[in-house]
Amino acid sequence: MSQPKPEQLVQIQYGPQPRDWMDPAVEFRKGTFCYSALAKNLNYLGLPNARDWQPFDEDWKLPPDWKRIILDGMKERLEKFRSFRLFMDICVRCGACADKCHFFLGSGDPKNMPVLRAELMRSVYRRYFTLAGRLLGRLAGARDLTEDVIKEWFYYFYQCTECRRCSVFCPYGIDTAEITMIGRELLNLIGCNINWVLEPAANCFRTGNHLGVQPHGFKDSVDFAVDELEELTGIRVDASINRKGAEVLFIVPSADYFGTPHYYTFLGYLALLHEIGLDYTFSAFASEGGNFGLFNSHEMIKRLNAKVYAEARRLGVKWILGGECGHMWRVLHQYMDTMNGPADFLEVPVSPVTGTRFEHARSTKMVHICEFTADLIHNGKLRLDPSRNDHWTVTFHDSCNPARAMGLLEEPRYILRSVCNRFHEMPENTIREQTFCCGSGSGLGTDENFEMRMRGGLPRANAVKYVHQRHGVNLLACICAIDKATLPPLLEYWVPGVEVAGVHELVGNALVMRGERPRLTDLRGEPATQAEAVHA
Amino acid sequence: MKTSLSALSLVLAIALAAAAASRFVWLLPLLAVALPYGTLAIFLAGLSWRVVCWSRSPVPFRIPTVCGQQKSLAWIKSARLESPHSTPGVVARMALEILLFRSLFRNTRSRLEDGPRLIQREAKWLWLGALAFHWSLLIILLRHLRFFVEPVPKVAVLLENLDGFFRIGAPVLLVTDVVVLAALLYLLQRRFRDPQVRFISLFTDYFALLLLLGIAATGVWMRYFARVDAVAVKQFVLSLTIFAPALPKNPGPLFFAHFALAGTLAAYLPFSKLMHMGGVFLSPTRNLANNNRRKRHINPWNYPVKVHTYEEWEAEFRDKLEAAGLPVERP
Repeated sequence: MSQPKPEQLVQIQYGPQPRDWMDPAVEFRKGTFCYSALAKNLNYLGLPNARDWQPFDEDWKLPPDWKRIILDGMKERLEKFRSFRLFMDICVRCGACADKCHFFLGSGDPKNMPVLRAELMRSVYRRYFTLAGRLLGRLAGARDLTEDVIKEWFYYFYQCTECRRCSVFCPYGIDTAEITMIGRELLNLIGCNINWVLEPAANCFRTGNHLGVQPHGFKDSVDFAVDELEELTGIRVDASINRKGAEVLFIVPSADYFGTPHYYTFLGYLALLHEIGLDYTFSAFASEGGNFGLFNSHEMIKRLNAKVYAEARRLGVKWILGGECGHMWRVLHQYMDTMNGPADFLEVPVSPVTGTRFEHARSTKMVHICEFTADLIHNGKLRLDPSRNDHWTVTFHDSCNPARAMGLLEEPRYILRSVCNRFHEMPENTIREQTFCCGSGSGLGTDENFEMRMRGGLPRANAVKYVHQRHGVNLLACICAIDKATLPPLLEYWVPGVEVAGVHELVGNALVMRGERPRLTDLRGEPATQAEAVHA
Repeated sequence: MKTSLSALSLVLAIALAAAAASRFVWLLPLLAVALPYGTLAIFLAGLSWRVVCWSRSPVPFRIPTVCGQQKSLAWIKSARLESPHSTPGVVARMALEILLFRSLFRNTRSRLEDGPRLIQREAKWLWLGALAFHWSLLIILLRHLRFFVEPVPKVAVLLENLDGFFRIGAPVLLVTDVVVLAALLYLLQRRFRDPQVRFISLFTDYFALLLLLGIAATGVWMRYFARVDAVAVKQFVLSLTIFAPALPKNPGPLFFAHFALAGTLAAYLPFSKLMHMGGVFLSPTRNLANNNRRKRHINPWNYPVKVHTYEEWEAEFRDKLEAAGLPVERP
């Protein structure tokens, strides 16, 4: 696929549009959309209307009564979600959200303004569910539900990463992620889904993780990491799997043990948890913290998430520790307890090293590893040599969900400041609750969607470029598996010379382990920094 | 352009029709009795119906949009207002949102410069315009109590004195009268001038603004230029409040234009985006605490779903589990 160059892509027109947005018009241009879900994945999950089709086909082979299905589905969800009903009713179209969306900023397409993305749905809501819309039609901002509208929904609801940045700026807190989630649920009812969401979901349902790694493969990966860590540090750590009676169940996104640069973070976890002597186990059944159900339907979230508590109960652990992942933590923080709780068979998490009771996780019983590690560092339980990260000048990218769903802002920063000497923040309107998405979240991080990903990631990359040029930043640290997968190509495209790493990779580098041999390399196997060499 | 013109025509038509109708004695009962009671009834019924509709839909998940540090470790300072973890925090967050438009205050304006450099700048005009409009409107509404209650409530007198602080002209110029017109004009010109906002604007967006502008303009005209007989107006309004409507002694067409536009607003409000007034209180991304892991949120319609159980999983992968030496439940 020939990809557009950055100079071409950045010619963005935000100017006025000649056409009225109410006339549906979508062009499925290569590079700007994701392919349809394969029938086998729909069938495995028992989802409707499995068939062979693609978005660029003229005929989408919708079920004959698709219109009734969608309208019934809307009615049901209007009655089940106050958020949905309210967000359909109260938008005043002030436009404050317009230039807050990374897809709008990167594409200039007015239907990527959050307000218009929602209006695509609202116009149908008004037509079929409000008096004014039924009587006055277009004058009341209402329009008929047609196949073209469905195509438009598909295009734009799969061009939203559910990052919730617009919701920070909306005077009524209207959350486009809610609307996109419901939009995708509705599309799902008539079989219009994308493979990059459904295949991981089907894999996760079957094997326990998105990548479809089976138990023996999971064990191989963990064993391989243990071997590698021994080569790097001279210390052999114990990483058990499915071990009953461990104190803690540790759940990470599957990319951590199968993808790069995630893998170095995984090494960091192993080193850290060994050093403090935590009694923990992995699970090959709950071998995924991520949850692509979030990008499909509320029901699918619950179906995929159920294994977390089920496995914690089976293994008889006291509490659960979770690795670095973005949308995983949206689910764990905002949905898991409600959907699959109460976790009354677990105990309130207590750090066995520091004695800290994690009261904020009293009900859910699941702690983020950044909370856990920050507590260790604050209590002086780790020996750290930040100079081992001196080859990195680091900035921190707040991943959307830990930032805007959890408020996990200071913990990773505290860790980073403790484990590296050179740390610089990106401009303030691009971090913390105002952080810009990687542009590939919510299941859109696929190769066929490359152009749109580069567009959506422009605001993020642009802020990285600022600190790269100003402070010589050469490493972007983050705590999200999708970030780690999709930011490297994004930065290579817009800001060559900046690498991506997890926070715990840097922890692993800086961690001085008892009995370790001098580190000749960092966890990536690259030569250690000058100071360390002298040390040796 | 077309939509804004049709909205303007509709507002003008309502005002002119009411003004013209007031010239015909036989139409007065319609204008002075049926219109206020009718529109008030629609307003109350519509409003209740809307709120009932909203409250009937449950809040299945606790989904606050968190805008600050969570409350986690004791030594990390949490953002009590932006990421409230308790009810007082939520109340304070909502108060900031409703009284001061906290979220709109965050507004930025993005610009793409050569380089490329994408820059986010502070942009406070929309916030200022919106705040000026809403607060002026509230004060003006409260000032109108002087027409509905006898003796005039203290709050109305106080507000009027404050409002006329500058003591300019006779009758004294009220600051909110100027501010409300200026703010409405700002909000309106924004819809025309900003290409993005123009693109998203619907008929209802122009109609609401023009209707309010019409009400404000006729009110100002009556007070400062036409000098409508306020005593007569008050007698008429008081008669309405005790359900013994006495037809007014001709307060003039301007009054009826004002009166009819206000009635239209009341009747239109429950069926329009102006319901954001009530809706903002219910917004689940703002009115819930970020204490998700501390306290379980109950979903009233939580239902069992089909899952892949551990037993099914073990059965499917038994060979591989055993070959890899992983423990199994049923050897």
